[in-house]
Amino acid sequence: MKSIFGFCSRGRTGVSLPALDVPRSEGIPEGLSREDDGNVGLPRASEGQVVRHFVNLSTRNYHVDKGMYPLGSCTMKYNPKLHENLARMEGMASVHPLCPDDQVQGTLEMMHHLGELLCEITGFSGVTLQPAAGAQGEYCGILLIKSYHESRGESHRNEVLMPDSAHGTNPATSTLADCVVVGVESNAQGLVDPEDLRRKAGPNTAAFMLTNPNTLGLFESHIEELTAIVHGAGGLNYMDGANMNALLGIARPGDMGFDVCHLNLHKTFSTPHGGGGPGSGPVACSAELAPFLPEPVVRKDSRGVYRLHRERDPFGRLLAFHGHIGVLLKAYAYILTMGAEGLREASEAALINANYLKARLSEYFDNPFDNGPCMHEFVLSGERQAAKGVKTLDIAKRLLDYGLHAPTVYFPLIVHEALMIEPTDTEGIEELDRFADAMISIAREAEEKPHLVTDAPVNTPVLRLDEVKAVKDLCLVEPREGGDGA
Amino acid sequence: MSRFIPDSSGTRRELLRTIGIEDFEELLGPIPKKYRLTRPLELPGPMSELGLLREFGRLARNNEGAGKVCFAGAGAYDHFIPAAVDHILLRSEFYTAYTPYQAEVSQGTLQAIFEYQTMIARLTGMEMANASMYDGASAAAEACLMAMRSTGKDRVLVAGSLNPRWLQVIRTYIRRKDFRLDGIPFGSDGRLDIDATAGMAGEGVAAILVQYPNYYGLVEDLEPLAELAHSEEALLVVAADPVALPMLRSPGDAGADIVVGEGQSMGIPLSYGGPYVGFMAAAMKLARKMPGRIIGRTEDRAGQTGYVMTLQTREQHIRREKATSNICSNQALMALANTVYLSLMGEEGFREISSQCYHRSHYLEEGLLGIPGVRRVFEGTPFFREFAISFPVSADRFLEGMLEAGILPGVPLTELGDGAMLVTATEKRDRSQLDAYVGKAAEICRGGAS
Amino acid sequence: MSNVPEDLRYTDTHEWVKYLGDGEYMMGLTFYAQDQMGEIVMVEFPGLNEYGIGDVMGSLEAVKTAEDFYAPFDCRVARVNEALEDEPALINEDCYGRGWLVVVRTDDPSAFEGLKTAQEYSEFIGE
Repeated sequence: MKSIFGFCSRGRTGVSLPALDVPRSEGIPEGLSREDDGNVGLPRASEGQVVRHFVNLSTRNYHVDKGMYPLGSCTMKYNPKLHENLARMEGMASVHPLCPDDQVQGTLEMMHHLGELLCEITGFSGVTLQPAAGAQGEYCGILLIKSYHESRGESHRNEVLMPDSAHGTNPATSTLADCVVVGVESNAQGLVDPEDLRRKAGPNTAAFMLTNPNTLGLFESHIEELTAIVHGAGGLNYMDGANMNALLGIARPGDMGFDVCHLNLHKTFSTPHGGGGPGSGPVACSAELAPFLPEPVVRKDSRGVYRLHRERDPFGRLLAFHGHIGVLLKAYAYILTMGAEGLREASEAALINANYLKARLSEYFDNPFDNGPCMHEFVLSGERQAAKGVKTLDIAKRLLDYGLHAPTVYFPLIVHEALMIEPTDTEGIEELDRFADAMISIAREAEEKPHLVTDAPVNTPVLRLDEVKAVKDLCLVEPREGGDGA
Repeated sequence: MSRFIPDSSGTRRELLRTIGIEDFEELLGPIPKKYRLTRPLELPGPMSELGLLREFGRLARNNEGAGKVCFAGAGAYDHFIPAAVDHILLRSEFYTAYTPYQAEVSQGTLQAIFEYQTMIARLTGMEMANASMYDGASAAAEACLMAMRSTGKDRVLVAGSLNPRWLQVIRTYIRRKDFRLDGIPFGSDGRLDIDATAGMAGEGVAAILVQYPNYYGLVEDLEPLAELAHSEEALLVVAADPVALPMLRSPGDAGADIVVGEGQSMGIPLSYGGPYVGFMAAAMKLARKMPGRIIGRTEDRAGQTGYVMTLQTREQHIRREKATSNICSNQALMALANTVYLSLMGEEGFREISSQCYHRSHYLEEGLLGIPGVRRVFEGTPFFREFAISFPVSADRFLEGMLEAGILPGVPLTELGDGAMLVTATEKRDRSQLDAYVGKAAEICRGGAS
Repeated sequence: MSNVPEDLRYTDTHEWVKYLGDGEYMMGLTFYAQDQMGEIVMVEFPGLNEYGIGDVMGSLEAVKTAEDFYAPFDCRVARVNEALEDEPALINEDCYGRGWLVVVRTDDPSAFEGLKTAQEYSEFIGE
């Protein structure tokens, strides 16, 4: 589609600004003023042209309001419309972050209460709402753990244990926190091998990071043993809460021997993904770790006034301000709307939907870890199809032709040709069947007319894109035309 | 039953039958019994839509600060947002899409972000930009790490006139024991002391980080800093305010290697601090050292232009513990807000915004300097949109008096003195509001407020 | 079926090594490894420094994977294949010839002898 920079007729604008009603002061001195003199290179378009451009672009997107998004570990749920309106209320959206506390009691009350609710949901007693996303939550959690060890004179603990099925953010976070990643093997059932964990946990263990249910969609059923091994070695247990949508009202990380977890509000608590963000990744922890949470935290003082409380500075702040308030508001609205019963109902529906799809597809695709029910997601392997020359990537692209989105592919790394499917509680039987029927039909095509799959997609705004060219002939910005459309 | 869950108890039985079980509890088999909750969570609700509206209405009314005329800045600014920005953002197609992993059905997001990268690169005068960071502060922290990575050195000189909250974030991000941060002092004019900087530079310096304009709104001269950095084979990292860039010499032109900043001013509401968006631009030769997602242009099988996420081997999902950063989710929707905002403003509109911020803040400063006892904190340095000023009363008392008059007068700068404030005027503050500020401030300074 | 020339030695990390004479050894990426990676788009070379056995010498990037390459034994890098800077895909086209990575030096001939033979490497990759 035409670029926005194609609109470049001089003098055209998409806004009407008030005239300057104060005298002009002396300008910026020569040498400090802009070199290209009114030619930054921004577009010049009318409001209508801008709106049309972006509306036309938008029609080239798949989105969860259009159909199912079975991306494993991404939890693409419906985003309630009311919640966006609430977060955008004038009283919420127009408060400056450095307003004195007494000027922002509504937002502070929300933060205080949301923190309490997240503690109840996770079984923990301390929480910070600051982290911008899951990965920053992980970083916050690992720093929290390091601060705890340091306070006990054990600053040498710098190893973070994690299974080979971990999300890529887990090892990347550990490196950022100046820790060393130690891989723990999975056993034939796709669960962490306790014997290997026992071998690797030791006097240098800072933390064990585990996603539970894991990225195969399996609950780590010997979790008691795993967390005890780590505690026995003096380490702490961190739960990556990416898969928390399986457990709402069913089980709590705080009860299973975990010491810290982060939550992805943009997954489990239905806030929108916006094409890649913003997210929000609050971190909850045990009472023992709570003193090490980053400040400020919201406290209610003796007069019932909510305050941003600063006392110590355990490891600094994660963002310039207090977190993604707009996202927190939507998650808060979701929890209030659902209540305890609704949240449990959501997790139950997520489990049932995943198991239903697993049952419908098991005849057509390999399932390397089919040992009983899955939780909210499951992982199939496209090896049977790959043997016929149809790769998992082809299956993913063919799903787009059926008007659906693809599952997460090639992850977790321990499954060949992996297809990781998470239907979420949002889908009803009609959409689940549409997806299952499409997958079964593609499995048949792979047998009978494989070119239909390997040529896919053909019904999309563009055909399969050349990613090698994108890297080899890097084009990361629109080149400037000579004359800049003047 | 929740209005978000479609399956009735009847369909649920049908689903369970296909799974081959009678009772939902069988699906919980893998969870040890002792860990299964036997009581409902203690949560309020469920609330009706109407109930929720009332509750949020109550909370919003308790945010008294929302109704105040805002002269506070210090990293978050009260700018005008054209209505079309939100109409685009709230389109389901953008708002409810995931990260563009399947490029063929994500061309809307991908092209919009490519256009965003282009706008950021042009504003900053750099060759390329990434697809966004969490906020300006975390972008600055990642830029320091990137500079260390690409120079193989471990020391960063940070301007003492950098936003102190940003410095805290940088400290949080730089945890390696062998990394060092050193603060560069600023002179009585509020600008960096070039001689002192030269004295501190030397072996082992990976980068010099300077804010532009700095925390006190003052415009630094970047070129000598760039020359100094380059003479030590270090990088110049500039934390730039994008609204100032249509007026100020671009960091790229002055020799910057990495430019980061906060994009909240461009179409994003204050929302008590977030979500905002950080940008990061750099010289092309540093592209492979960048954190975060990057969108590139390519072609499809039929030769049509299309967009994909590119240089992905830098990222955590591929390079894992060797990735350039752990960032995964970014601020795509906020970057889209920037893109639509800048498209609407256009070349002339954004320059006009920049210019109005400049002139209105100067008009306000001049008015305030007419009040006996009020003086500048820094003399003789050009400033943009905000300025440090000292009142003859304590900041607490000033704040209280101004709030009573419905004005949020700025952010106290206690480190610069008891009555020092950082005061901001954007294009939204019209002459009557600016005059009212001066009038009320004069009253308080005369002792008339209490 | 992979191509594993008989006259070369191999490492567990999929480098091949060839004795050039006079204490010099050429190394590159095996056919099997380049096939797994797909088209290589970038090579990051080591400096002309000393490396201990197993040290990371440099890295190779494809579109969706990135792999490091490692010193097969204690050695010093004598030269690198500069042709790969412009044409990294030479590794895919001719991994045992024009797609070589680096030439290293060692004074200890037993280090080379200790590497996998073609037959051992073929077994290692399951063929």
